[in-house]
Amino acid sequence: MELLVAGAIGALTAGGIYLILRLRAFAVILGLALLSYAVNIFLFATGRLAVNKPPILTGYKVTDFSAYTDPLPQALVLTAIVISFGMTAVLVMFALGAYLESGDDKIDMPAPDDLHEDDGADVGEQTLVIEIEPKERGQ
Amino acid sequence: MNHWIIAPVVLPALIAPIIAFIMRHDVVLARVASVASTIALFAISVALTIMAASGETQVYFLGNWAAPFGIVLVLDRLSAMMLLLTSILALIVVTHSIATGWDAKGRHFHALFQFQLMGICGAFLTGDAFNLFVFFEVLLIASYGLMIHSGGKQRLQAGLQYVVMNLAGSTLFLFALGSLYAATGTLNIADIAQVVQSGEGDEAIIRVAAILLLVVFGIKAALVPMHFWLPATYSNAPAPIAALFAIMTKVGAYAIIRIHTIAFAPGNPETGNLIGDWLFPASLLTIAVGAIGVLGARRLMPLLSYSVIGSMGTLLLAVSVFEQYAMTTALYYLLHSTLSAAALYLVADLVISRRGTDALTVRTATAQNGLFAALFFAAAIAMTGMPPLSGFLGKLFVMDALSGPGVIGWAWSAILIGSLMTIVGFVRAGSQIFWKSTSVAPDEDTAATDLPRVSALQAAPAMVAVALLMALAAFAGPVTNYLDATSAQLFDSSDYINQVLARATEEAK
Repeated sequence: MELLVAGAIGALTAGGIYLILRLRAFAVILGLALLSYAVNIFLFATGRLAVNKPPILTGYKVTDFSAYTDPLPQALVLTAIVISFGMTAVLVMFALGAYLESGDDKIDMPAPDDLHEDDGADVGEQTLVIEIEPKERGQ
Repeated sequence: MNHWIIAPVVLPALIAPIIAFIMRHDVVLARVASVASTIALFAISVALTIMAASGETQVYFLGNWAAPFGIVLVLDRLSAMMLLLTSILALIVVTHSIATGWDAKGRHFHALFQFQLMGICGAFLTGDAFNLFVFFEVLLIASYGLMIHSGGKQRLQAGLQYVVMNLAGSTLFLFALGSLYAATGTLNIADIAQVVQSGEGDEAIIRVAAILLLVVFGIKAALVPMHFWLPATYSNAPAPIAALFAIMTKVGAYAIIRIHTIAFAPGNPETGNLIGDWLFPASLLTIAVGAIGVLGARRLMPLLSYSVIGSMGTLLLAVSVFEQYAMTTALYYLLHSTLSAAALYLVADLVISRRGTDALTVRTATAQNGLFAALFFAAAIAMTGMPPLSGFLGKLFVMDALSGPGVIGWAWSAILIGSLMTIVGFVRAGSQIFWKSTSVAPDEDTAATDLPRVSALQAAPAMVAVALLMALAAFAGPVTNYLDATSAQLFDSSDYINQVLARATEEAK
């Protein structure tokens, strides 16, 4: 089982790293999602892998703790899942906003030399308005 | 148990949702609430700093659970000082944002601002490594919103990169914490320190975790080679937000100082001097990259961003030797570099709003060119480390601390050559924007001349930041005394460990 879990973490991490090195926002988001799955399983395994052992003590006069598994990593995993889920949602919104503003989902920015003199740090007159064409919304 | 310790986290956490849900349509109400909350945070920070100045490490047990089992907040001189710095900076930035109208250019500025303060204060107070991760996420998610405040194509693209970089960093943070838990069986900083010092943990995994944590904090602190996110982020963020972000790089530096002097105390049986050995060359490179970036910048905002990277290099260089006196100088430089970066971004905001561009080209002089030039000159003197402001003293202190035989050659050359290059970069920028522009005939078509003059309130926050830099130089003696006591407390890690874990030991008896 150790080999299986370790292999899964390794495969997810490798896939995630490959994908976050891509130039498109969509691939990068998928890569980060894969990485967060890898880290969740990794955190779960930090309490040592145990089969058929409950994480919650039954009764207070337990003397043999070897029949139980470490509950803390499970709590950590829950926190990590919630945070990475929220962060992925934020990232998708960012990617969508950048896509709608710039017309492509490339992750890299234009080189500074390509910029017109008046581009760059603007004084904040534009506001982010994401408008979806009516026909797209209807279908 | 002193309940005021948790107030810097609870106060913004309560105010932010109220602003977001109840005052979302009324900008005046939101401004009043946000300023009131920031002033209250300042008052609490002052009180906590006075409390911490006695030298006692105070511990707050959440839910009244004893330390390694529950989460703790720890107030000592270092965390109190960082809280005070955060609240002063927040007050300056929020005033500037309101006076210049930045906060009304998008939605939820003040709610995000308060959440950001909550995350920063929490990160400074927590005594638990996993809790540090959670507060990092709180401050990051708020910073994502603030970074793209008021939108724009460039800003959204830079924001996407910023989010991706930090999400990858957060994943790495979780890997580090997982390894640390697997090796030591705890995530409480004091408890980790005990295991590490006893030499009972798994040495290989602990070393991996210590280096992974250095990488994670290095991303936040813009340590080369993890600095790539900073120039695009700071240059494209709204300038007042970039000024607030001056404290964000310091959160990374703070985490390195806290974790790598207490949990992985230098010279311990598990990691030895591993961290310093890596941090020292990385800091040298950071100074070099910052200086070259300043020299090569063709716009004002990237120029300032690279100067921030350079100042982080100097700060971390002083941290990397992990000695008490060097830490004192690092903390002085930390105070100085936060305020000087903030002052520069605030001045830059005024200049850019009147000039219409941040390109370093000669254009017609704006109205009040003299005022802008004077403010920029003062802030630039501070940042580059020229007398009489605190940058000069800060660099002098750092160089004095790094005059040991093994480090003096590298450290002094990096700081001196880096400073020279930074000065040249700033001189060039200043003469292009402020000096040569006076010889250009006014152009009737420029819309910039129609803009209202900068009011006293709009210029005041930048002036206050410069005044604080002057005060930091004038009162360097008393400040250094406090910082000396701070770093003495930091290196007496047994006191920290005892205070945090005392209750658990008592209850076990």
